[in-house]
Amino acid sequence: MSQADLFRELKFRDPERARALADSIARNVEAIGRRVSLMHVCGSHEQAIARFGLRAVLPPGLDLIMGPGCPVCVTDGPEVDEAVALALQGVRICTYGDMLRLPGTSRSLADAQAEGARVEVVYSVAQAAEIAARHPAEEVAFLASGFETTAVATAAVAAADPPPNLSFLSVHKYVPAAMEIVAESPETNIEGYLAAGHAAIITGWGIFEPFAARTRAPVVVAGFEPLDILAALAKLTELVREKRPEVFNAYPRCVTREGNLPAQRTLWSVFHKVNGRWRGIADVRDGNLDLRPEWARLDARRRFEIDTTKVRDDRAAAEAEGCLCGSIMLGLANPTDCALFGRTCLPESPVGACMVSSEGACRIWHTYGGLPDLRRVG
Amino acid sequence: MCLGVPGKVIAIDGLAATVDFFGVRKVLRLDIVDEPVQVGDYVLNHVGFAIRRIPPEEVQETLALFDQILDHTGAKDDLMAADVRGEIAAAKDEK
Repeated sequence: MSQADLFRELKFRDPERARALADSIARNVEAIGRRVSLMHVCGSHEQAIARFGLRAVLPPGLDLIMGPGCPVCVTDGPEVDEAVALALQGVRICTYGDMLRLPGTSRSLADAQAEGARVEVVYSVAQAAEIAARHPAEEVAFLASGFETTAVATAAVAAADPPPNLSFLSVHKYVPAAMEIVAESPETNIEGYLAAGHAAIITGWGIFEPFAARTRAPVVVAGFEPLDILAALAKLTELVREKRPEVFNAYPRCVTREGNLPAQRTLWSVFHKVNGRWRGIADVRDGNLDLRPEWARLDARRRFEIDTTKVRDDRAAAEAEGCLCGSIMLGLANPTDCALFGRTCLPESPVGACMVSSEGACRIWHTYGGLPDLRRVG
Repeated sequence: MCLGVPGKVIAIDGLAATVDFFGVRKVLRLDIVDEPVQVGDYVLNHVGFAIRRIPPEEVQETLALFDQILDHTGAKDDLMAADVRGEIAAAKDEK
């Protein structure tokens, strides 16, 4: 089959199906009879929504908001400070590309690199293990960022007898904990959530059931194709309309109720949940993933005396005046509400964390035209 | 980073699989994949690890989405395409 033929066959390229789904979303919102806010918690979802202009087909009474779905964006300044301090202490730091320019309270790893520290960008934690094996006389620390899906890979390398000179500085975050914060916030009024399909491959969709029962907000697990997202929104608005706080799996070809059990076992054998601060948001109960005490020898925070006093500057950390990243990640503001967006805050010179990462709302909106909600320009 | 990328398993050596991602051959780790993987299967890659064996009946649709993302040339500096390329780069080079 030629590629063109294949595209023609694709369900997600079918405009008729898209229209039918948009109609069903509009009918549901009309039946609800008031303004409805729904939230997704995944940078890849926002990329797909913005890239394909999906907000343009939503009814005016529906707000689809990106929540805290960017792991780089919610990594706190003092956590970056730890990596910067370690790098300046002579430890070789490996990390994912988006972490390089993420500001600490006063400096980023890119700044440390410019000052002569050894900082290497890797695409996989496995590459960090290879770098450690190539430099046996050096200490190498992997700054481990990402949500639980990514933490599984860190856990797999940690559990597989890594080189003795490799340690892990975990800033991994646990998404379900942040959904609780959004749901409990008195300022937000989110009535339903889209959960990220590929994260749920690992955790399974059952993980959202206690959340939906407690907050009375339905959750729909969604894939990343435009029609996957529209179908999930049709289901989510239906559940809101019928006041059914249930979990629905709209991505059954990838996600099961139990998830990937071997991966979960690996994850929880290495990590445990601890309270942690998410940048711009709050202290999140059970929001961070730390190495369990039995893996202390691999934990950079225990292996090294990390002295951040020289790199920490809480006055500089007071977010640049006017930066709305915190409100944006809580769903209280849009990137376009920010006076800095696209003016002084740009991908080349980001002020806030949401402009740094390819999964940040501001970076995504800036890349795909600055105002992906075509309802507001057309 | 949330997206994962599908590829076809060409060879398996213990916990390492040689996988073809849209013409690029890389080695992927099988430590945490959800079910046994055989040559000819498609798996989803996340940061260098297979996290799921894609059921055969879902392969075409999954591949087509990624073909479309990678072929898209309209947007300069396309974030989804960059993320997909990053995921492919996360697998190890063939020796």
